[in-house]
Amino acid sequence: MSRAFLLLRRRLAGSIFVLLIVIVGTFLLLEAAPGDAVDAYVVSTGGDAGLVEAMRQSWGLDQSAATRLASYLWALLHLDLGQSVAFSRPIRDVILERLPVTLILMGASTALSFGLGSALGIYAGARPGSLRDRFLSTASLALYAVPGFWLALVLVIAFAVDLRWFPISGFETIASGKAGFAHAADIAHHLVLPVTSLGVIYLALYLRMMRAGMAEVWRLDFVRAARARGLSRRRIVLAHVARNALLPLVTMLGLQSAQMLGGSVVIESIFSVPGLGRLAQEAVALRDTPLLLGIILVSAVLVILINLLVDIAYAFLDPRVGASEAGA
Amino acid sequence: MSDFSLNRRSVLSGAVLLLASTALPTIGWAQEPQKGGRLTVAADSEPRNLNPAIVASNGVFFISSKIVEPLAEADYEGKDGLSPRLAVSWEGSEDGKSVTFKLREGVTWHDGKPFTSADVAFSALQIWKPLQNLGRVVFKDLEAVETPDEHTAVFKFAKPTPFQLIRNALPALTSVVPKHIYENGKIEENQANTAPIGTGPFKFAEHKAGQYYRLEKNTAYWGKSKPNLDEIVYQVLPDRSAAANALEAEEIQLAAFSAVPLADLDRISKVPGLKVVTKGYEGLTYQLVVEINHRRKELADVKVRQAIAHAINKEFVVKTIFLGYAETASGPVPKNDKQFYSADVPNYAFDIAKANALLDEAGYKPGADGKRFKLKLLPAPYFNETKQFGDYLRQALAAIGIDAELVNNDSAAHIKAVYTDHAFDLAVGPPVFRGDPAISTTILAQSGIPDGVPFSNQGGYKNADIDAIIAKAAETLDASARTDLYKEFQKKVVEDLPFINVADWTFISVASDKVGNIADNPRWAVSNWSDTWLAK
Repeated sequence: MSRAFLLLRRRLAGSIFVLLIVIVGTFLLLEAAPGDAVDAYVVSTGGDAGLVEAMRQSWGLDQSAATRLASYLWALLHLDLGQSVAFSRPIRDVILERLPVTLILMGASTALSFGLGSALGIYAGARPGSLRDRFLSTASLALYAVPGFWLALVLVIAFAVDLRWFPISGFETIASGKAGFAHAADIAHHLVLPVTSLGVIYLALYLRMMRAGMAEVWRLDFVRAARARGLSRRRIVLAHVARNALLPLVTMLGLQSAQMLGGSVVIESIFSVPGLGRLAQEAVALRDTPLLLGIILVSAVLVILINLLVDIAYAFLDPRVGASEAGA
Repeated sequence: MSDFSLNRRSVLSGAVLLLASTALPTIGWAQEPQKGGRLTVAADSEPRNLNPAIVASNGVFFISSKIVEPLAEADYEGKDGLSPRLAVSWEGSEDGKSVTFKLREGVTWHDGKPFTSADVAFSALQIWKPLQNLGRVVFKDLEAVETPDEHTAVFKFAKPTPFQLIRNALPALTSVVPKHIYENGKIEENQANTAPIGTGPFKFAEHKAGQYYRLEKNTAYWGKSKPNLDEIVYQVLPDRSAAANALEAEEIQLAAFSAVPLADLDRISKVPGLKVVTKGYEGLTYQLVVEINHRRKELADVKVRQAIAHAINKEFVVKTIFLGYAETASGPVPKNDKQFYSADVPNYAFDIAKANALLDEAGYKPGADGKRFKLKLLPAPYFNETKQFGDYLRQALAAIGIDAELVNNDSAAHIKAVYTDHAFDLAVGPPVFRGDPAISTTILAQSGIPDGVPFSNQGGYKNADIDAIIAKAAETLDASARTDLYKEFQKKVVEDLPFINVADWTFISVASDKVGNIADNPRWAVSNWSDTWLAK
């Protein structure tokens, strides 16, 4: 476990620097965007000069960008994410409300794409060049070429509007009063279509990576040796070929988790799921700088954490990883 | 569609209108209203502040008008186009310095406390006048509100204020909130701004951010045996195709405010069990306007502005961009307004040759490449139709040798560019006509408005005659004299074109056939829905 600890220490030191760059970079980007939170607000209300001025003052937008950045960072040091001007609520509450939804959505679709994708990849890669391999490879290529939002819209029309098997949108039944298992089942029912739309494309990616990796491993000498020792085919496929092809997939898992946080903006909007992606989009449209910073910060922490887990898993799966540091 | 054109035509003559509006087919349900049920409605945004006394905007009213009531609501048939709500009668004094409201008796707030004149006085003086986006203009001379008894409120103005204006402002500007909830602490930060407490037929129940708002029946409502519905749920559907899909799948029963895009209406109107309703928005007319920056020397020349007006084919705009769900505009007051509209204005017929001649006359001859001069054109991004009209206008200008460069911004950036930075030559905007030109229309032409005021004259336009008419109308007490002044205003504006009105449009609702009593007043979508019902 000492290898994992070393990794953790090194990663944490680097992470803080990364987070700081992310915060300052986002702040400057939003600062460069024309219009501020008050401009975004008066779109729907109008208002005379006095009102606009008073709003700018009470939202702290009359101060210089440097002052605002400094006070944001100072508050952040005290673990205070600040107040959202677009929602007039503490940012911590706004994000905590949405975070579980995004995590469930992301977790479920990652599980779907990784689990089913690698299983099908093993199935295809067990006999490279066979009919089932060709079929799965072609099908996955077609799937990978489909844009996520299009798939989502098609799924809605087919399974929600026409067949009415699943609800069109939302995260749960409105004021259903359900609790416990019934509540969880209700959420699951609502999330079938969004999770499918989000997961299916990456499923294709995992399938193809697994299959390609296995096709390469088959040619290696140790596979021949395993055969010569008379191991069952099943054991060779699962314990030797698939295991050696698994490492790139784990790397991909770390990268993909970051992409899914961003990719879910579209899916969340189409299915009206109240997740972080939609919140980020609203924060940009409403020029709510502290809220967007909060979301990006939370997402960045999430991505760093996931990658850390991936690295630890790597160290666990492949004894060579981190060995050099253990000696140093 | 058929009742739409019937309605529009009838607007031209006031007498026919009364007959027509009672005979219109979509609202005259012969069925008996049923009790109970949950009406689920599409919502596209979640306002940060749900207090209609502070934020008088349609997005807020859509939800909060069911909870918090105004003194009076717009009405198709009532006297002066109003029907009583929290006030039962209103009367202006001869000198224009006071208005007396008799308030409804036996009304209680949702928390059980009685509604009295103190609440009205508090709302008017502490909220409408100092804090409300529209009230700051209309109630600027309100000095005091006297409360001789619990059910009388007398508004006292420092300067004579036209009673006609106050009357026209009642539906949108006079939402009454409870004094006992708001009197302690900062009004802008009060909890009731996000969970409103009012006197309306529905109580605020819950808001799940990003998902829905739920309102519950107020069993102690003053309207006898109202409301009909048990619950109203506003389901947040951010995707543009979601409302139409949800209607088809019967997950929602109503999509108001054109939540179903115009392009989908044709298809959705053929779905059995759904109806397209164009009535119920006459009091919330949006105007498609070309805003002009008069600081540009070419545009400071009235001949150039007239040439641009001649280059726009209004019929084409209505037919192609609005798919017929709009009316061509002749001036700054929409044709559906009964009090102020005047047809006695110059007409700029679609005439490319005349436009070219005007530009030649103004001295802007085409160069070797056929272009006279270049412009920056900023279409407002708030509506599909404003963006599409931007594309159309660019082509229309190209036909008369004006090379317009389209600049597309998001909402916040557009507001800043046009109304604060004045970084535009032409802009496409959708100002709202709110039943009286003094509320939000005259500021489009008036000079001397500070920088940064949205939806106002930020084009540097200055016309002493128009300013004088606006000032005179603001202190003219006699309703018909005041109306005449605004007719004069329309004529002057269309002559000199500080901005160009192209079309006026109202919104469309799509509803299930099971929903009854919809669109029964000119601000229906933002009224209290106490008589709306749902068939089992």
